[in-house]
Amino acid sequence: MKYSKNQLFWLVVLRVMIGWHFLYEGLAKLTNPNWSSVGYLLDSGDFMKDFFFNLASNPLTLEIVDFFNIWGLIAIGLGLILGMFCRVATWSGIILLVMYYLSHPPFVGIKYSILTEGSYLIVNKILIELSALIVLLVFPTSKRIGIDRLIFRKKQN
Amino acid sequence: MEENKKPGRRDALKALATVPVVGALAYSWYRKNKYDDLMKKAIREEVKLDESNPLLTRSVSNGKLIRLGIIGTGGRGTYLLRSAGFVHPKTIDAWIEAASENSADRRYKEFLEQEDLNIEVNGICDIYDINAKKAQEICANTKRSGSSGELASEPKRYNTYQELLAADDIDAVIIATPDHWHGTITIAAAKAGKHVYCEKPMTWTVPETYEVVKAVKENNIAFQLGHQNRQTESHFKAKEAYEKGILGKVNLIEVTTNRNSPGGAWVYHIDEEAGPNNIDWEQFIGPAPAHPFSLERFFRWRCWWDYSTGLSGDLFTHEYDAMNQILGLGIPHSAVSSGGIYFFKDGRTVPDVLQQAFEFPDKDLTMIYSASLASNMHRGKRIMGHDAYMEVGGNLQIYADTGSTKYKEKIKDHLIDPKIPIYSFTPGMKQVDAITSPTEQYFAGRGLLYTYRGGKRVDTSHLHIKDWLDCIRTGEQPTCNVDIGFEEAMTAHMGTIAYRENRKVYWDQDKQEIV
Repeated sequence: MKYSKNQLFWLVVLRVMIGWHFLYEGLAKLTNPNWSSVGYLLDSGDFMKDFFFNLASNPLTLEIVDFFNIWGLIAIGLGLILGMFCRVATWSGIILLVMYYLSHPPFVGIKYSILTEGSYLIVNKILIELSALIVLLVFPTSKRIGIDRLIFRKKQN
Repeated sequence: MEENKKPGRRDALKALATVPVVGALAYSWYRKNKYDDLMKKAIREEVKLDESNPLLTRSVSNGKLIRLGIIGTGGRGTYLLRSAGFVHPKTIDAWIEAASENSADRRYKEFLEQEDLNIEVNGICDIYDINAKKAQEICANTKRSGSSGELASEPKRYNTYQELLAADDIDAVIIATPDHWHGTITIAAAKAGKHVYCEKPMTWTVPETYEVVKAVKENNIAFQLGHQNRQTESHFKAKEAYEKGILGKVNLIEVTTNRNSPGGAWVYHIDEEAGPNNIDWEQFIGPAPAHPFSLERFFRWRCWWDYSTGLSGDLFTHEYDAMNQILGLGIPHSAVSSGGIYFFKDGRTVPDVLQQAFEFPDKDLTMIYSASLASNMHRGKRIMGHDAYMEVGGNLQIYADTGSTKYKEKIKDHLIDPKIPIYSFTPGMKQVDAITSPTEQYFAGRGLLYTYRGGKRVDTSHLHIKDWLDCIRTGEQPTCNVDIGFEEAMTAHMGTIAYRENRKVYWDQDKQEIV
């Protein structure tokens, strides 16, 4: 696929910004000793509610969810910013965002106690970020601008 | 083609073009953390609270077996037995089933984890045959098993409390009768040399309050009044915050009751099997005015002054005792009260909406109690000081006041934000609570049901009973001793008298009496 300079530039900007968001979310959770996904999981609504509630009610699964949230977010963030193993990072990001979306879908008639900062109906910022990641999956850039350029060049040869 | 095989300089630049972004984030993050630390430091300079969780210091090996009797085995009595380690096998069956359907239902697991207090129940007294039988079955379940498990022999049932108190295989008694019996039975138990755990309020009338204190002290028994809030972690923190002057001069306290269900308003279920054949009505009446047999009065006794102490004795006492625990209030100088029966017009004589104001001029503060049994609008316990205010329940939050003198400079410099708590304590943050009934939610929100020890959820009544048993073993006085009970009873009586006699009542400090 051939990109114009402009296309490449803005695709990379989008990738880096999403990466920044992921990385900071991870770091903020890492440095807060009281952070746990439990409140978020218990606040879940709609058809996946029971699944998230079960994750929260078992100390072991909760521990795992917390671990993957913190280190997953950090790893995905770094992957996107640096363009390193970018395809895996993008896929992981999409999976994580699908989970976030399904736990709190802004559907008609569901109320959450965790406040969101805007007004949403079906489409929320999670869904938009998710779509943006899919765009990045379809228009990959890391082998042009990113460490993948070095990693995958060797393999190609 | 040579260029393509080795990554050249241009290649490296393209590969690493976004690396500076990581640096930029790291730098911004560092700046943000530094700013947050500055804010935290500014608050810590003012709020010097112990970071660790408070713990009761009393620690006793469960050396000696204590032999209990229980008088009154209705709803509260049964709950206390559970806190002491005894649950009906059928209840255990139900818990096991509930846990298998909902893994967040940890009642069974937590009950198994509850410490064994090294006690046995040797006597039961209840004037209602069905409750007495159930309690016998509960106490026989010494291994905490379901119906398939093995039961010990049932403890003896006594028809009168006098006979139970005369038994020599009983060292201590739990009293969970209706209010009008609390004082009389406590006095008799103390005189019989039995240690007493008595439900709140300590007494039903003013005169018997003095008698209780006298009997407990003369007979040197360990007396615990059933205000389990004395074990709540957030209350220890609140006390510490108050004593360290974080709130500044406290001038107003607001405590409340809000309930909105028949159960919450004491309209309890009446057993279909109950009748004059299995209820000893004469003994139920006891010190109360004579009245023909009434199932309604028996099961819903809290609705009549004849047996109850109304909102003031029943629910305000919890709120008052929490404030007495945190601020060391003592008995107020005066009380006024007003209210009425506005919603539950079911023949009750006690009000369902009640407001009381207590003055503490020596402490320069007022305590307001505001209660409704027909609205669930949640209002916490609020302690208002010139520099900060505090809201305390199972959690604890302290906010700087916008008009504070102490925090003025820091608020001006944006180092303290009055909208964000300067101190917040949430015990057991990583725990999941699956609390079900509205009444339980009412008590849980007030720190009356569960507390946390070392991050683990524990039933406060269990800790309160344990505290009492520990004191029996060591000869100390429990945390809610008879002197504190005296303050609680007199304060509640002042509120009740002010309401019933429609006048302002005073506490005569010298004569130690209500005038």
